[in-house]
Amino acid sequence: MTTDTSAAIAGAYEHPTRDAPEKSTPQLHAEVARGALDDAGLTFDDVDGFFTAGTPSWLLSLVDHLGLSGLSYYDSTDVGGSSYVAHVGHAAAAIAAGKCEVALVTLAGRPRQEQLSPLSDGPEVPFEESFGPSAVGLYALAARRHMHEYGTTPEQLAEIRVAASTHAQHNPDAMYQEPVTVEDVVNSRPVADPLGLLDCCVITDGGGAVVVVSPEVAADLDRECPTVEGQAEAAKHVEGGHLDVTYTAAVESGPRAFAEAGIDHDDVDYASIYDSFTITVLETIEDLGFCAKGEGGAFVEGGTLQAPDGDLPFNTDGGGLCNNHPGNRGGMTKIIEAVRQLRGEANDPVQVPDCEVAIAHGTGGSIGTRMGSCTLVLGADR
Amino acid sequence: MSENSGRGDGDSGLPAPAPDQSPETAAFWEATAEDRLLVRGCADCGAAFHPPRAICPECHSDETEWIEASGRGTVYTYSVMRQNHGPFGEAVPYVLAFVELEEGPRVLTNVVGVDVEDVEIGQEVRVTFDDTGEDAKLPRFTPV
Repeated sequence: MTTDTSAAIAGAYEHPTRDAPEKSTPQLHAEVARGALDDAGLTFDDVDGFFTAGTPSWLLSLVDHLGLSGLSYYDSTDVGGSSYVAHVGHAAAAIAAGKCEVALVTLAGRPRQEQLSPLSDGPEVPFEESFGPSAVGLYALAARRHMHEYGTTPEQLAEIRVAASTHAQHNPDAMYQEPVTVEDVVNSRPVADPLGLLDCCVITDGGGAVVVVSPEVAADLDRECPTVEGQAEAAKHVEGGHLDVTYTAAVESGPRAFAEAGIDHDDVDYASIYDSFTITVLETIEDLGFCAKGEGGAFVEGGTLQAPDGDLPFNTDGGGLCNNHPGNRGGMTKIIEAVRQLRGEANDPVQVPDCEVAIAHGTGGSIGTRMGSCTLVLGADR
Repeated sequence: MSENSGRGDGDSGLPAPAPDQSPETAAFWEATAEDRLLVRGCADCGAAFHPPRAICPECHSDETEWIEASGRGTVYTYSVMRQNHGPFGEAVPYVLAFVELEEGPRVLTNVVGVDVEDVEIGQEVRVTFDDTGEDAKLPRFTPV
């Protein structure tokens, strides 16, 4: 690893709210920005790079609202919930190119209070929205086909929720802190067959932020700053109608990020894996290469994903399934929990001992149609 | 048109919102008003693709053309929708599906005219059109 030349994450902050009727979305951006800068020991005056996506949709509105001045770099790349994992990579590249030194990345949203704008107004809309899809419906199309081709079962998908809920019981901020069983999940109210309510992530207000800094800035801070060892992104789409919904673009982003970091699967101590739905996790685990294609169902059985003793401890904050999915975008909290693990600051019962290498993987858009995958590899600051 | 093409055999009972049209897609929707299903094909590379567009997404030739689809296909994957917002929320349960057309492309659509519990992957289906009331119909599919 080349930690001496890598950008680093100096600050990370997850807003404790899950329901924010009395706050505005720009206000939440300001609160998480301040939280992450405080965590790093930096101030708004230190920020020279700014990254955000989603609501409000115009980056300059937030630059204004947050009172950011002296920016030399900004980026509002929007690839749905994976945006923030992309932003960390873009920030690291900008820092390496000398374009900025302290990059603030923020997310906020209030889907419990207001209807969020659709992700796309693209040319596909009349050919899709006319038929009544939904976020869960499109992921259900992937789940059904995966079951058909590989024999994956609802009980196997349920293991993913069970592991997340086991972790969430130790997180006092988690939306749902009660552990659930496989039976609870498979018997939950059907939403879009074969996915039921407990196959779906929570809907929460809130947000989060991280601060990505140059190695020189990190060296002057009194805070453990996990290093950006590798990052890659990839897009996958309907290919003119020749799509295959049983895999994601993680088949491309994963190997590239791992190669950039110089790591193998055995090196990964902790994995934050985007969990909009249980099927999202199952396909991603396969696509990142933790098991062969089609074997994700067997892989997640037997507590593989449960911290601290499973082979691949995942989403130790409870993930999007049980803890938080602020603004319907889960990428930010994936990064934040990976930072906590690498600092040894996860909740005690789920802290992975000697956590040296963590990944944070984002999935944006829909695995049923078009999506972006972003894989981030972080290393401990030791 | 092929003798296998579906007829506008009526209202499935699902919402039929009028689609936004563009210069690239108007001919597709105009054909639906006549109960004809088109896909866009490439005269250079032979690809058939959907949604339609002027430049081939495979080889990027502009030698693309409309192809009369047979209206026949098979269910590639599906979900029984039990919950949604708006007018579709009033219509549950209904079937969201990708249907693989005989010409190749998999199209997002609904499977209608059948008990939702009786839909399955691989099922043979044919197109049926729901009138939007605005010179365009929605191509949905029903078991053969």
